[in-house]
Amino acid sequence: MNFTDIQIERYSRHIILKDVGVEGQIKLLEGKVLVVGAGGLGSPAALYLAAAGVGTIGIIDNDVVDITNLQRQIIHTTPDINRPKVISAKEKIEKINPDVKVKTYHELLTTDNINDIFSEYDFILDGTDNFPTKFLINDACVLSGKSFSHGGIIKFDGQTMTYTPGNTCYRCVFNSPPPKGLVPSCSQAGVLGSVAGILGTIQATEALKYLTGIGELLTNRFLIFNALSMSFRSVHFNRNENCPVCGINPTITELKLEEMPVCDL
Amino acid sequence: MATFNLDITKEHCPMTFVKTKIQLAKIAKDDILEVLVTEGEPLENIPKSSTEQGFEILGIENLHDNIYKIRIKK
Ligand SMILES: [Zn+2]
Repeated sequence: MNFTDIQIERYSRHIILKDVGVEGQIKLLEGKVLVVGAGGLGSPAALYLAAAGVGTIGIIDNDVVDITNLQRQIIHTTPDINRPKVISAKEKIEKINPDVKVKTYHELLTTDNINDIFSEYDFILDGTDNFPTKFLINDACVLSGKSFSHGGIIKFDGQTMTYTPGNTCYRCVFNSPPPKGLVPSCSQAGVLGSVAGILGTIQATEALKYLTGIGELLTNRFLIFNALSMSFRSVHFNRNENCPVCGINPTITELKLEEMPVCDL
Repeated sequence: MATFNLDITKEHCPMTFVKTKIQLAKIAKDDILEVLVTEGEPLENIPKSSTEQGFEILGIENLHDNIYKIRIKK
């Protein structure tokens, strides 16, 4: 493909990087990333993927913008209140970068639609706010051999891991969703808005690295950070042979949504 | 192997090296790109950045006044 003069200027700071260059930018423009959830994590992630020139960005979210979202969900603005998040997000992305094709799904991710939707993308970015969907995304990716970035935030803390086929999956580390009552409800817990920005931006960086094939992904390790002490550490996790989905004798061979109260981070 | 030309005398940093990289991406290995640059930033940075990113500088020649020709091998 040939860049237009405008594209050369727009992507000049990528092209100039040895590890990205012309070839890497072409991979980004041909890349397809699905952002699950246009919320705290999905907002910064989608904005950076758009600015970077990821050619196709899918966004799935069944919610509308609420005023309580605006403290951290930076793709949405005050006039967007009551509008579907996917429409609000699509408009911002198209303003940032007309090179990007945006596909919107104004629906919940379910066992019925997940495989069809995921099959259209190279990489999945989990920006969801509830455990059942996080496990569903993990299981769907493991069973279909798809790579994804996991992310979670609460209060001043964030954690993220990248899964690629053959490496440690989310269930290798967390066997199943925590029991009811053990996790504080997220409305009680709260979250510092910029913590979402830090984590979503790390996830977007993983997607860009995956598409261009550069660097070392966050596979087989969790990156955990605390904003109060501003400390980051990464914890190594091997694959678990007893993992219910990727272990030696898997008990999960088809997709099922686990029961768990949803929370709204 | 073929020789190609590029004039970046009207460009400013960092577009000087961006345009050079775009042209280098289009040509084949062992082809040569002759880049016209002005004295100053481009004359210093194009050879340095090209070498850093794995290209070979075959020579630098002063054509006239402040215009130079840098020969880069892919
Ligand atoms: Zn596993």
